Amino acid sequence: MKRVITVTVLNQSGVLNRVTGLLMKRQFNIESITVGHTEQINISKMTFVVHVADETKLEQLIKQLSKQIDVLKVNDITEKSIVLRELALIKVVSPANLRNEMNSIVDPFRPQIVDTSKNFVTYQVVGQPDKIDAFIELIRPYGIKELTRTGVTASVRETQPVETPQLSILK
Amino acid sequence: MAANVSTTNEKTDKTETSQMHSEEKNKPRNGADILIQALHDQNVDIVFGYPGGAVLHVYDALYRNPIRHILTRHEQGAIHAAEGYARVLNKTGVVIATSGPGATNLVTGIADAMIDSIPLVVFTGQVATHVIGSDAFQEADIMGITTPITKHNYQVQDVNDIPRIVKEAFHIANSGRKGPVLIDFPKNISASIFDEALAEANREEELYLPGYQPNIKPNFLQIQKAIQAIGGSKQPLILAGAGVLFADARHELTEFAEKYKLPVINTLLGLGSIHGQHELNFGMAGMHGAAVANDAIQKADLLINIGARFDDRLTGDTKLFAPKATIIHIDIDPAEIGKNIPTDIPIVADAKEALKALLKNDFDGPDTSEWLSYLNEKQQDTPYWYVEDENEILPQQIIEMVHSITNGDAVVTTDVGQHQMWAAQYYKLNHDHQWVTSGGLGTMGFGFPAAIGAQFAKPDKKVITFCGDAGFQMTLQELALLNEYNLPVKVVIVNNGALGMVRQWQELFYDGRYSQSLMPVQPDFVKLAEAYGVKGYRINTMEEAQSILEEALNSDEPVVIDARVKQLENVYPMVPAGKSLDDIVGVKKF
Repeated sequence: MKRVITVTVLNQSGVLNRVTGLLMKRQFNIESITVGHTEQINISKMTFVVHVADETKLEQLIKQLSKQIDVLKVNDITEKSIVLRELALIKVVSPANLRNEMNSIVDPFRPQIVDTSKNFVTYQVVGQPDKIDAFIELIRPYGIKELTRTGVTASVRETQPVETPQLSILK
Repeated sequence: MAANVSTTNEKTDKTETSQMHSEEKNKPRNGADILIQALHDQNVDIVFGYPGGAVLHVYDALYRNPIRHILTRHEQGAIHAAEGYARVLNKTGVVIATSGPGATNLVTGIADAMIDSIPLVVFTGQVATHVIGSDAFQEADIMGITTPITKHNYQVQDVNDIPRIVKEAFHIANSGRKGPVLIDFPKNISASIFDEALAEANREEELYLPGYQPNIKPNFLQIQKAIQAIGGSKQPLILAGAGVLFADARHELTEFAEKYKLPVINTLLGLGSIHGQHELNFGMAGMHGAAVANDAIQKADLLINIGARFDDRLTGDTKLFAPKATIIHIDIDPAEIGKNIPTDIPIVADAKEALKALLKNDFDGPDTSEWLSYLNEKQQDTPYWYVEDENEILPQQIIEMVHSITNGDAVVTTDVGQHQMWAAQYYKLNHDHQWVTSGGLGTMGFGFPAAIGAQFAKPDKKVITFCGDAGFQMTLQELALLNEYNLPVKVVIVNNGALGMVRQWQELFYDGRYSQSLMPVQPDFVKLAEAYGVKGYRINTMEEAQSILEEALNSDEPVVIDARVKQLENVYPMVPAGKSLDDIVGVKKF
């Protein structure tokens, strides 16, 4: 199952290596990672999307991460009400005669055009990963020259449904 | 001037060792001095190490402000010695090595300490910060290499961080679930001048480790649940692991077992957590454990695991492990709970605190008389066994003789393999912190240097190391230390001219194809010992065995005993790897 895990860490050198190394050592499959500073000095937050086989494995993952000295907090936010965002930059072949057609076709995704040249256009799309997947599939027939995605970052919504499912270990 | 400030604040009992020579008093202190001072502050009385280019400043500071330093002949010897020392004293072992090859030679020992939770603080030299990453001479990325095999590691970036880092390292190594902490120390940092004024300002700074707060005290409700489960059980069983020893909880464990008449079994690393011949002790469980101990696990309706981690060499097939039992798991490391075996009542706590909490509550214990008589009968019926051989000595007989000559009181270290299992089976331990073996990693070459460390830790105790002929040859260069430091370590080489355990598996599972497991050509161990100035003995026959062992083991000198034993002897009983404990073979004489 796919889980979204956030890890709050002390911003020491080597901490990213420590966390990703641990995931490798315990054979967890990472789909994406984002890392960045938080509102607190010297504290960073990582957001992982990982594939885990079952709840036992998930519990292990959380416990092993929590065990690291530089890790302050580990949260599995998959089942919370969250804002999940990813950004993609997609450079597509776009000759002048097709450009208008392309722009109108992608419009529902509200992409921004961040770079253009004679034959190419670069779209920036922001949203949930599946929205970006859909955008890519839509634009693919025109010929993608270059594609880059940031991976998912997430924020837990202030207002949560009354019954938020919890992990077995937290019950 | 600044140096004076700190020396006047020295703890009074350490003034002798920690004050610098008077003529150097006013010389500003560098990173290396601070490091050595920090070791003094941690009450380090011995370090095991090997110098080299990147730690020259450290060794120079050690010359100015001495701590007893043991110069081993290989870095691996140093770290295994530190492990042996740590294990018998339950105190943090300290190791120093240089950068590059010095550091990488420690890797096996670090991994060994990690998996067996042995508290170590390891210092490695590093090339100067401005050349890190340039593939400089003797540079190795020891931070990257050791991240997965240390509890934590540091690279010192600022000389003024040294006191804090060392303090944290010792705290992390020897608290919670213990383990090795590595501090990588670039050469230019060790030469940098330390800001004494700044240090003075930070002197009383508390440890600040927000991400590290091990849970020591058990949860009240979980203890109540455990009590209910124990009270309601018919066939309860305590599985005591090394956590009991690390928590120094032998007394509490014994009291608890006696109070409620609960049978106890041990893991390999938990041996010594209850007297080896206690009436409630049913021996070691696992792959080569006692038949009764494994049977007890399979029949128990309640398994109380205290400080063991359900390692695969204990459990066999986890799906078929303890099928009838409710599982209580007391462990200081929450990540161990539920990792291998689903747990019904988890208790995250120090073993001693948990046992104390259990003892504090008086409750109606279960009636275990029937269960105990079943186990006693089973034990009578299925003892460890061997078939005597007219022409050859059996390895088990050597262990038995050593046990009887030393009355089960010696500190015993082992290497890895058949002799290790026989030592675990036949050397019944009287005390805790008397058993030093490489369990999780199974490191050949561990036993002998570990015995050296154990002898430094307990200079007045008899220290015996059982080694195989192959494992001994992996670290035998440390023989040089026996003479140099006058260490009366007794090396008993259980010599079968083979990699015994490999050979056994090849016999049982590979149709006797002994691929690279026999060692027909060996050094003359007696002469080898003599070359190092150590008395050597050879035992060829049963007649010689008793008298030679008595003479050698009762001597005050170091000895090496080359005991020639039967090559084709196998360790039984045996649970084949990955099988259920019910599939144990070789319980009775063939």
